[in-house]
Amino acid sequence: MNQEMTKSQCGDCKVCGKCGTLDCPEGRTCYTILVYSENVAGILNQITTVFTRRQVNIESLNVCASSTPGVHKYTITCFCTEEMVIMLTKQIEKKIDVLQAHYFTDEEIFILECSLIKVSTSQMLKDSEIGRIVRRHGARIVEVNPTYSIIEKKGLTEEIVSLFQQLDERGAVLQFVRSGRIVVTKSPVEQLDRYLEERESQRLK
Amino acid sequence: MDNELISGAEALMRALENEGVDTLFGYPGGNIMPSYDALYDHKTTLNHILVRHEQAAVHAAQGYARVSGKVGCVIVTSGPGAMNTITGLADAMIDSTPIVVICGQVGAAMLGTDAFQEVDTISVSQPITKWAYQIRHADDVATAVSRAFYIARSGRPGPVVLDFTKNAQTSMTEYHPQKVDFIRSYKPTPSPFREDIERAALLINSSVKPFVLVGQGVELGDAREELRAFLEKAQIPAGCTFLGLSALPSDHPLNMGMLGMHGNLGPNVMTNQCDLLIAVGMRFDDRVTGNLKTYAKQAKIIHFDIDPSEINKNVKVDLAVVGDCKHTLAEVTRLMEKTTHQAWVDGFKPYADREDVKVIQPAIHPTEGPLLMGEVVRRVSEATQDKGILVTDVGQNQMFGCRYFRFTQGRSVVTSGGCGTMGFGLPAAVGATFGAPDRTVCLFVGDGGLQMTIQELGTIMEQRAPVKIVLLNNNFLGNVRQWQYMFFRKRYSFTPMVNPDYEKIAQAYDIPCRTVTERGQLDAAIQEMIDTEGPFLLQCAVKEEDNVLPMTPPGANVDEMLLEVK
Repeated sequence: MNQEMTKSQCGDCKVCGKCGTLDCPEGRTCYTILVYSENVAGILNQITTVFTRRQVNIESLNVCASSTPGVHKYTITCFCTEEMVIMLTKQIEKKIDVLQAHYFTDEEIFILECSLIKVSTSQMLKDSEIGRIVRRHGARIVEVNPTYSIIEKKGLTEEIVSLFQQLDERGAVLQFVRSGRIVVTKSPVEQLDRYLEERESQRLK
Repeated sequence: MDNELISGAEALMRALENEGVDTLFGYPGGNIMPSYDALYDHKTTLNHILVRHEQAAVHAAQGYARVSGKVGCVIVTSGPGAMNTITGLADAMIDSTPIVVICGQVGAAMLGTDAFQEVDTISVSQPITKWAYQIRHADDVATAVSRAFYIARSGRPGPVVLDFTKNAQTSMTEYHPQKVDFIRSYKPTPSPFREDIERAALLINSSVKPFVLVGQGVELGDAREELRAFLEKAQIPAGCTFLGLSALPSDHPLNMGMLGMHGNLGPNVMTNQCDLLIAVGMRFDDRVTGNLKTYAKQAKIIHFDIDPSEINKNVKVDLAVVGDCKHTLAEVTRLMEKTTHQAWVDGFKPYADREDVKVIQPAIHPTEGPLLMGEVVRRVSEATQDKGILVTDVGQNQMFGCRYFRFTQGRSVVTSGGCGTMGFGLPAAVGATFGAPDRTVCLFVGDGGLQMTIQELGTIMEQRAPVKIVLLNNNFLGNVRQWQYMFFRKRYSFTPMVNPDYEKIAQAYDIPCRTVTERGQLDAAIQEMIDTEGPFLLQCAVKEEDNVLPMTPPGANVDEMLLEVK
């Protein structure tokens, strides 16, 4: 699957696995919302209530420190209309300790996810196709013991979902976990830096 | 004074004084006791009003804030005390009322242990506050309080909660006054773009039928003068929302009346006839717009608002002027051509005349039949020379109050707009008497709403708070009954109400009372109420099954107002 295809164009997420949901709502787009906040307690709760109140499911969520000291970065994906994602973004940005919130389509960002798949070692040895699937997907086997093996796969959502689905069809999967999406923007402009500079100059005024 | 160690509770008192707080509405309890102990030494500067229920403390603070323009302040205990403030917080949030609620909390070491009177107040209040913060260290008090007041009053105002753990109240700290007026992540007043101002002026200058929607933002932004100058320069007619009613004098020739479901006919109909709709500090509530699919589709729309998240939220607009309307209105006015729209303004008159004959005159000057709410409201307004403050509860009393009270001064409406909180009226009126002690505070309340917070008669008794309580008693939950009549085949499911003897209740609370059952008694009784110093309860036995009209049925088009109910 190529990355340029949007959810609504492909129409059937069970096949392409783009954005990683196994239950793709039709007619809605996968948006990634990036939120930067001060590092204070309780922000996550405030952000999630913005979604809950409007009946939008969060598909994935990643929270980590950003490259700016004291600033936390939230990477959130969800399916909704553009109208809704605009409202979500504005309502999130309205929270006092949130510095910025922006939304992106997949074309505007570099995306990475990682996953771990635990499979039965005996089945893997019996079924040579499992090894071929792993190689075709460029995944790595990071642990092998007599009971189980662990496969690690980094990449785009649809690559990971494709790997999982193919292994799952062979009945090999014991456990599967996929991380939240992490992204960096393709834009040459670093909006957070610009915002912080602007605010710093306003503070000094 | 350097290095003087004081308790966190004492630091709170000094920080409140530093913010200019003069009045606190509150109720003590276990986990806020150290602060109440500190308050005992500050009684001369911090006037504490002991309410009879924490919900009333918040509504009183709202009333105080609305009429004074200052931040209302509440102090209550943890757990049930804090939870009883929730309704008021939600009300203040949706109606953009600046209040700070300080509530006690168990000691930090006991947080999360299900300790006595421990509730996770922050998590509960976060969705309905502008900011909610837990103070866990005495050293944090000065900054947290200053930040709280800054957030509550700046930009689009709103409620703030400070959850004050017991250990933070009792432990010692040095107090240094703080003045927070900058938060990196918070831009309360966005700067408008020059081109938006210019485009707004251009659109207005080329409009033949412009119409302005005046919201509470004009009052909150202290922009009444700027609004008048704006309207008068190009002679643009305007309609006001509930909360914006006193932003423009009722008798101003360009004031075409109230917007919304029970507003005036002209402004609602003309919303769908204008060629330019200019919304100022209002949020296109569904009670104002009716059916969004047909709302002002013929017009270009400009939205002046301080809150960017309001833009395109309910109604898609052609141009947003984001910023403080005191500034943006003045800037746009400067670029506007001095002109008139006489034919357009005159076009409102037939609607006003029609409504006057069909609805208004029968409501305020009936000659027979039982007493009507409309006539009571208008007589009371006249008795204050239209200088009174209107406080209403929620329901028919509110609709008739807002329709027939008249305004000559700003900050004269205290009503629960977005939340529609029954029980709001009585405590809010108490607060209003403290926020505007020189003005006459007139409360219109139904028999349902009065009983929701009737315990506040105790506060009124103790404080001799001069609330002129006008009880519009129809032995019904009138507004719900009206809807049952119109939309539920007259099935009056639990809306008839058996009432107590309010005269006896007033007597028990030592509040002078008069009951009016006949039209002929009304004027004298109102005069007696106005002339009586302190509180007064005027009970009016009004028509039991009266309907508020006109009415845009829920979901109907804004210009489809009913003038009568079949």
